[in-house]
Amino acid sequence: MDINQQHRLKKYGLKAAHLITLFVAMSIICLPGLWIVLNSFRPTVEIMAKPPIWIPEKLSFDHYRAMFGGVGEGGVPVVRYFMNSLIISVTSTIIAILIGIAGGYAFARYRFRGKSAIFVGFMVTRAVPGVALSLPLFIVFAKVGIIDTHFGLILAYVAMNVPFSIWLIDGFFRQVPRELAEAAEIDGCTRWQAFWKVEFPVAKAGIASAAIFAFLTSWNEYALASQLTRSVFSKTMPVGLLDFTSEFTINWGGMCALAVLMIIPALILTFIVQKHLISGLTFGGIKG
Amino acid sequence: MARVSLNKIVKRYGKLEVVHGIDLDIAHNEFVVLVGPSGCGKSTTLRMIAGLEELSSGDIHIGEQRVNDLPPRDRNISMVFQNYALYPHMTVAENLGFSLKIANRSEAEIDKAVAEAAEILSLGELLQRRPAELSGGQRQRVAMGRAIVRHPDVFLFDEPLSNLDAKLRAQMRVEIKKLHQRIKTTIVYVTHDQVEAMTLADRIVIMRDGYIEQQGTPLQVFENPVNTFVATFIGSPPMNLLPATIGTDTSQLRLEDGTELPVPKRLQSSVTAGQSVTFGFRADNLMPEGHGLTLGSETANFDLLINLSEPLGTETVLFGEIAGREIQAKMLNPRPVSMGETLRCQLDMSRAHLFDASTQLSLG
Repeated sequence: MDINQQHRLKKYGLKAAHLITLFVAMSIICLPGLWIVLNSFRPTVEIMAKPPIWIPEKLSFDHYRAMFGGVGEGGVPVVRYFMNSLIISVTSTIIAILIGIAGGYAFARYRFRGKSAIFVGFMVTRAVPGVALSLPLFIVFAKVGIIDTHFGLILAYVAMNVPFSIWLIDGFFRQVPRELAEAAEIDGCTRWQAFWKVEFPVAKAGIASAAIFAFLTSWNEYALASQLTRSVFSKTMPVGLLDFTSEFTINWGGMCALAVLMIIPALILTFIVQKHLISGLTFGGIKG
Repeated sequence: MARVSLNKIVKRYGKLEVVHGIDLDIAHNEFVVLVGPSGCGKSTTLRMIAGLEELSSGDIHIGEQRVNDLPPRDRNISMVFQNYALYPHMTVAENLGFSLKIANRSEAEIDKAVAEAAEILSLGELLQRRPAELSGGQRQRVAMGRAIVRHPDVFLFDEPLSNLDAKLRAQMRVEIKKLHQRIKTTIVYVTHDQVEAMTLADRIVIMRDGYIEQQGTPLQVFENPVNTFVATFIGSPPMNLLPATIGTDTSQLRLEDGTELPVPKRLQSSVTAGQSVTFGFRADNLMPEGHGLTLGSETANFDLLINLSEPLGTETVLFGEIAGREIQAKMLNPRPVSMGETLRCQLDMSRAHLFDASTQLSLG
């Protein structure tokens, strides 16, 4: 065998190993998700079977039908929960990202007293587990009277997301060379225009990824929401999952059906923005 | 009319003063190059003219207007940055037309201006590309195009060629000079490369440590450097400098090893007996016999032991020693030179320089 062929064989071998490893890793990551989707379509008997049944014998929309059905037939106010989740997640994301843009830009571009201390402070807030805050938050919110309101949860989520957004967006603005804004100013822009017409579009991809993080955090959050919401007027979807538990039984099928409904919008959003993330990264204006 | 005048401008960062009260008048259509080693304040000065840095004190006028407090957009200037600073999310055409779009000009007007700039810099085929798809030289041209589209009063260049390879740099240098001939505008150009400064400038301004050391036409600063810094900074290879003492009468000077040389006649009246001086001469004025020096009336002869030679084709730079110091000489119509060879050389004393040993200022 000549060296060329040997080399080629080695290359293909490595490539195959690479793909197989990737496949195994992805299988492990995706398995729980697949299990949820699968369970939402099959009868409880099959879900509970031991040993587990991997290939379902019968698929049905029974759980979905029941979920959207009346209260007596195991129905839950899905639409209501969905709207609550949507309103709270979208609003808190928009606010957190607006603050994140302002804060991230300030950290990336300006020098001010106590800059690093403030920055470390932001990071420290991330070190506190959210659940640990649930009781104090509950007490404060109860006193102020914003328990069980959209506003209350939005406030909590904004506070949760702002430090991380600032940190991420700061990183993206650092990658945008200062000269771009300076060139724009010389080209006739005000400071404000230079930001919106040049620096913002260039960092847009990064900001979008920060927005996804913020949205998913709020969309999936359970611990705080379970404490701060009481009724269908403010319960989010993760909290709604608990409606499927009763004193002695858990309706796994129903729970999985609701979980699937939760996953779909997050998945769609990620796909849309992901495309944007890749196409947006064109840092070519400065020397290559 | 776009004169630019700097009046005692100072820049401080906290307690650190980096530009110490510079005065500079730039005439309409003049091509002025600020040159100096890094950290000499040349870029800071340029950025103050652009309005990207605030002045700590002093005044800047563009035309008749005092622009100290005007933002960059109101100064009617253009700037080409070292890293080009093209907008990566826009096509070349959008980059070129950006300033006009901001100024709310009509589509037709923008298209016309873009086409015109593209023609001047032969960017026609690149208009729909994005900066990431361009080579270094193309980006450089787009950056220049973006600057000329606005028809500014003043062009500012901040080391525009330092990211290009040597060949492209020489090519772009020519293009910049042609551009200046074509669109008569005042240009302030910053570089650390003395070759760029010499080739481009109507007037060179040499800066060091936040001060202007000397200004003048390229030939003036080359022929008559005011001090040893300018003497070694301008010209390649740098001027040879040797410590020396003036003899008991002012017609002789003595090098460290006792070699006696005649003091250049034009300088005899400006030195005093026994004065410590720095003797300077360019490689171009020290050549092996029979290799190109047109002899003036004042010459001195040396035996030069060659340590190293750098053949450049039309000439060879020779590295040798005089009075224990390394110096450089030149050989026209070169022949191969081997290491350790001793060549009889002639020095044209009429073109030599003397500097005061303590102040380093020219005695000429």
